Amino acid sequence: MSIQPVLLWSDVLLFVLMASIGGLSLWARRQDALRAAWARVARNPVAMSAATVLAAFVLIGLLDSVHYRARLPAQPGAETRYSVEVNSALDAVLADLRQRAEKTYSAPLATHLFAKEALENSAQREFPRLKFGGAHLGADLAAHEFDIAVRVSRGCAAGMLLWLLMASLWCRLADLELIATLKQLREGNQGSGAGNPATGAVFVTLLGILLLLGIAISLGGGYHVFGTDKVGQDVLYLSLKSIRTGLLIGTLTTLVMLPLAVLLGILAGYVGGWVDDLIQYLYTTLSSIPGVLLIAAAVLMMQVIIDTHPDWFATSAERADARLLALCLILGMTSWTGVARLLRGETLKLRELEFVQAAQAFGVGRFAIMRRHILPNLMHIVLIALVMDFSGLVLAEAVLSYVGVGVDPSTISFGTMINTARMELAREPMVWWSLVAAFAFMFALVLAANLFADAVRDAFDPRSSA
Amino acid sequence: MLAYIIRRLLYAIPILIGVNLLTFALFFVVNTPDDMARMQLGVKRVTPEAIQKWKVERGYDKPLVWNAAAAGSATLTDTIFFSKSVRMFAGDFGRADDGRDISREIGSRMGPSLAIALPTFVLGLFVAISFALLLVFFRATTLDFAGVVLCVAMMSISGLFYIIGGQWLVSKVWHLVPISGYGGGLDAAKFLILPVIIGVFGGIGSSTRWYRTIFLEEITRDYVRTARAKGLPERVVLFRHVLRNAMIPILTGVVVVIPSLFMGSLLTESFFGIPGLGSYTIDAINAQDFAVVRSMVFIGSVLYIAGLLLTDISYTLADPRVRLQ
Amino acid sequence: MTILSVRDLAIHIPPGDFRPGAGIARPVDGISFDITPGECFALLGESGCGKSMTALGIMRLLPIAARAVAGTVNFEGRDLLALPESGMRDVRGGGIGMIFQEPATSLNPVLTVGRQIVEALELHSAMRGQAARARAAELLDQVGIPDPLRRLDEFPFQLSGGLRQRVMIAIALAGEPRLLIADEPTTALDVTIQAQVLDLLDDLRRKQGMALLLITHDLGVVARMADRVGVMYGGQLVEEAPRAAFFSQAAHPYSVRLFAALPDAKRRGGRLATIPGSVPAADVRHLGCRFAERCSEAVLACAATPPPWRVVETGQRVRCHLPGAAPAALPQIGAGAAVLAIAARPLLEVSDLQVHFPIRRGILQRAVGAVRAVDGMSLQLMAGRTLALVGESGCGKTTAGKAMLQLIRPTAGRVQLDGVELTTRSAAELRPLRAKMQMVFQDPFASLNPRLRIGDIIAEGMQALGTGAMGANGSMGDNGGDTAAKVGPLLEQVGLRADMVDRYPHEFSGGQRQRIAIARALAVHPQLLICDEPTSALDVSVQAQILNLLSDLQRDLKLAYLFITHNIAVVDYLAHDVAVMYLGRVVERGTADEVLRQSRHPYTQALLAAVPRIDGLGPLVVKLAGDMPSPANPPAGCHFHPRCPLADDACRRDYPPERRFGATHAVRCIKA
Ligand code: SF4
Ligand code: SF4
Repeated sequence: MSIQPVLLWSDVLLFVLMASIGGLSLWARRQDALRAAWARVARNPVAMSAATVLAAFVLIGLLDSVHYRARLPAQPGAETRYSVEVNSALDAVLADLRQRAEKTYSAPLATHLFAKEALENSAQREFPRLKFGGAHLGADLAAHEFDIAVRVSRGCAAGMLLWLLMASLWCRLADLELIATLKQLREGNQGSGAGNPATGAVFVTLLGILLLLGIAISLGGGYHVFGTDKVGQDVLYLSLKSIRTGLLIGTLTTLVMLPLAVLLGILAGYVGGWVDDLIQYLYTTLSSIPGVLLIAAAVLMMQVIIDTHPDWFATSAERADARLLALCLILGMTSWTGVARLLRGETLKLRELEFVQAAQAFGVGRFAIMRRHILPNLMHIVLIALVMDFSGLVLAEAVLSYVGVGVDPSTISFGTMINTARMELAREPMVWWSLVAAFAFMFALVLAANLFADAVRDAFDPRSSA
Repeated sequence: MLAYIIRRLLYAIPILIGVNLLTFALFFVVNTPDDMARMQLGVKRVTPEAIQKWKVERGYDKPLVWNAAAAGSATLTDTIFFSKSVRMFAGDFGRADDGRDISREIGSRMGPSLAIALPTFVLGLFVAISFALLLVFFRATTLDFAGVVLCVAMMSISGLFYIIGGQWLVSKVWHLVPISGYGGGLDAAKFLILPVIIGVFGGIGSSTRWYRTIFLEEITRDYVRTARAKGLPERVVLFRHVLRNAMIPILTGVVVVIPSLFMGSLLTESFFGIPGLGSYTIDAINAQDFAVVRSMVFIGSVLYIAGLLLTDISYTLADPRVRLQ
Repeated sequence: MTILSVRDLAIHIPPGDFRPGAGIARPVDGISFDITPGECFALLGESGCGKSMTALGIMRLLPIAARAVAGTVNFEGRDLLALPESGMRDVRGGGIGMIFQEPATSLNPVLTVGRQIVEALELHSAMRGQAARARAAELLDQVGIPDPLRRLDEFPFQLSGGLRQRVMIAIALAGEPRLLIADEPTTALDVTIQAQVLDLLDDLRRKQGMALLLITHDLGVVARMADRVGVMYGGQLVEEAPRAAFFSQAAHPYSVRLFAALPDAKRRGGRLATIPGSVPAADVRHLGCRFAERCSEAVLACAATPPPWRVVETGQRVRCHLPGAAPAALPQIGAGAAVLAIAARPLLEVSDLQVHFPIRRGILQRAVGAVRAVDGMSLQLMAGRTLALVGESGCGKTTAGKAMLQLIRPTAGRVQLDGVELTTRSAAELRPLRAKMQMVFQDPFASLNPRLRIGDIIAEGMQALGTGAMGANGSMGDNGGDTAAKVGPLLEQVGLRADMVDRYPHEFSGGQRQRIAIARALAVHPQLLICDEPTSALDVSVQAQILNLLSDLQRDLKLAYLFITHNIAVVDYLAHDVAVMYLGRVVERGTADEVLRQSRHPYTQALLAAVPRIDGLGPLVVKLAGDMPSPANPPAGCHFHPRCPLADDACRRDYPPERRFGATHAVRCIKA
């Protein structure tokens, strides 16, 4: 075997999360009310195109979560050894981007480095040619712009082709006339009364994604699309790698916090008495500490632990992973209070409802009531909290990493990208591309998440039908 | 009413004790002072003597909670817990790693923090509420829809972007105000304008959306229909009836942060080089100055609890149903 | 001469996000009527018939999604639907005043009463400042609020429901409107308060010559107030008649059924007429008569062509294909079997039951007093009989019912079920006894868990109690092995289909949900069913179905009912015994005849007198003034003395002892 699979803890949790989302959706299919609510989401064009974008991000994140160690070239006689470097499936896909590192900064699509250097055997300082960016042009630098145009149009064409392929496949499956459907799409999708009004939006979004993908691949073959950073790494590669970190923080944190919040919130609301007092005391105390400070304190302490026990981690990837997980844990521990408070309030209302009293009249036990009658009626709040928190957490990661209490500096994330890029702003002329790339990717992810979350909330929260 | 406030004050005590115990556990039990010393000194310089010296310098050489070696009450007082945690209640935060008195430092830094946080808060509140009222006035129209989309887009942008982008645009491209720094007196204004505007701008998206939701929920109430049935114009309905009632949930969400304004803003202060508590905290975190971080945690919770109390009071004032019962 | 003339008004709601695939809803679908100055026109109909939507449409206060798509609303010569918004604002409040159903939510909670009246005054008159304030006080005085100057500075929450509705009326009067629209003005109020408010409205109308558009579902209110009646069904008027003609001989088959569905003493022990099925949904398109599916007189033409308006001899206009005014004879109803023989065995015995909720105050939250929700009540319920517990809201009747079931633990007193003391038992010890007593709740929408299937809802009790084995009837005596198999028959027993087990509650109407709730209780074979206002959330025709079901079940299963209600007509129809509660205590009890026809307690008498009657007979006794005091602070002596017309010093001193009149009749009043 030429590779050795590596299962990081965060990978495990991420896949568990995916599996449980799958399981939950199976369960939700059987629940009329939930199915109806999801159907409302599915008919919302904005939500569905946001979901398409999210799906693209998730796909990248998942690819980036299949980790392995490559086998080192076999030494005769020695047993097989594996590289200490842990790579992911995404790294393999993007091997070109990853390996074609330049010496230092270069602007997007540039052919030369950003700073002048003293060339060998010459006293002059010049912009040296890049090792990879535009290398295929050879001496024919005049063709630079033309080449870019060609590549862009080639990328567009490829994306378009791929899209048409997918569209026709879908039409075949859904038994529709391709041409007629496309026409309908062009006419703003009004007439398709029978179909889902969101289908058109999904396809338009898909077209956008595929076009971008096509262009990126076609340009990326010869250039650094977003330039390179200080040590010459391709910024596009860094941005793509950051996605996984953002997704992990956004989802695992909620995963950590939810069971606690749900359990304590319901207990406090339903059981009441001293249990309520205790739980309220607990969350008031925790939430009285300013979030960033509590996180900072906890992360500092955790850093001490990690630093004093270097022997726990086999590779640096594992250490970074541990820190990432610990960050999720800490974020989770500090953010469960809000949801718990919300659930407690809602439980207090539910407790007085007549169906709960009817169950009490049958002598149904407390825990059975909480499980059968309270919890299912709180699920929509839990879901809303989950999707609403996601985007906030992705943004928080950037801030925390900037403050220095975020992910491990060796972990590629939006926060670390911004943090390093910030120093480069002071250079004259400015190195803006890694900053812009990070912000752009983060914006796309967060905006999609926010739009999707809005639609989910509208569909599930009976009050927000306005 | 008075009894109510006193009760809330009494309730704050166990919470502060809880915060204190928590920070103590976090800083001294999860990690021993030895660990901290090792980390601060760096791997190369770790020797038992160096650790001991580091601890003595900072008063971390005592037992945690029980000093068996001491006599009398000193068994309790001559400990880390007493000297580091209990004395915080008296406002004594000890010294930072650079030897300065933390209490003194905090006192001198609150001013600049407030100078930037307070205008940001007031202006932000005003702008967001006006904006939200505007959207609600034109609810279910294209303007409303566009406004909401704009809000969602604005809240999807990282706060860091607002700061970096704002600094670049206003200071570097337009050269309107200095990029960072701080001065006393009237001079302060020119340093404060940019961070305040950026702070307001960065918060508009989410708060406008939140207020809009509250207003919309309020506008479906029966009393609004009554007001319309009187023949009141929509403008009066909105300002006299809806706004007053919506103030109650808004107050609960907003008042709680007022005392915490003293804490300043971590990001803004550090980006703009304003010598407030926010940048103090960031510096402490970066320098891993545990004493300062611990002190800020404590002060932060005190202010938060004060905020809770203030919320209760303002709530009581705003809502006659609570005030008169 | 008309003041308001509505022609072919139609209001549509396009399908929104929440009803994908549904058609356009037409809550009001072509309605025409006229009101002359000083007249009271009542729009009568069950929920969902479009009557409130009509009122809102006239005022142009429709919810944002709904739009008036056709017709005209002519008020004093102007078409309101064509007015610009600014012109409409003068009409609102100035020309047409409006009051709403819920006085609790219809007033702005953070503005004083005075402010809310003055606001209207400033809008429609030149009065400002002190003058406006004085006028506001005058208005409060006019609507019968005592101490108006003090009330001006109070907030709505400081007033009782009745006073709030009076304030609403004062606000509506501020602009001196020529027409007042009252949308279910007394539905949220107790009967004694309802009587006060109706009197007030009637009085104002006569004195000020103001026309009144009264929207209601209550035939009694119509009989009390209206000059003319319009009966609405499915978004249209189906009958329009002068009051006298309507009440002596309703003409439309639907109206006739509404009357027949009303419970009262004459029908005791018999069955009530019901209207099968339920009101059609607002987005259904109709070819013929809207009532055709539920009409037993329907002829072929009914389903195909919409019936035209026809004038019948008695002067009313009807929309029906049938030639005569009177519909074919209804199945003879009423006068059922004799009352069950009195069972000797008391099933439920309650003595001195008290439920107090502590009021905590001060720094240490010490209990400084208590809300005495139930303050020493005693009663007895015989097996197989129905005891009605009657009282106005806040008298503690619901709390009492829950305390008997031990859902709320009583503060003191004893509750014995079949000779077994309940109050001293722990939750675990109570469990086996719970199969004997069950409860049916008021709100059919809150009493079923929306996330469970009907089958699971009904099986819940059987699973929790492992029933069957302990069932008193012993007919299904196995050990609850296949509960699922028993759910089907239960559903059929309450008149639903067995194949509904896999559905969710939201697919059912209110009446069907109440049937499910009854099936859930029956599943464990109880001997005692505590019914807490089981029909108060339902329309009359559906209420009749549920009452019929309950009496069938009593006959078949020998159930005993403790029927908690404020509806005297229902009590008269089905109760064997009656206990009247006031402020946490039973003030009068006895058989239904004794209490309802030979009542001796002044409160009972006032309560009975306050019920509006459909036979046109006016009230016989003086009406009650004032409101029920707070149970946190009951008056000394007889709790009723502040409102009692007979009260004297002796009444203010001691709480009256129970005086007996005959074997069953007991009254707590010294003057009885
Ligand atoms: S028109 Fe026909 S269906 Fe309609 S009420 Fe008359 S008889 Fe019944
Ligand atoms: S005891 Fe007196 S106050 Fe009470 S009901 Fe009888 S007469 Fe009235």
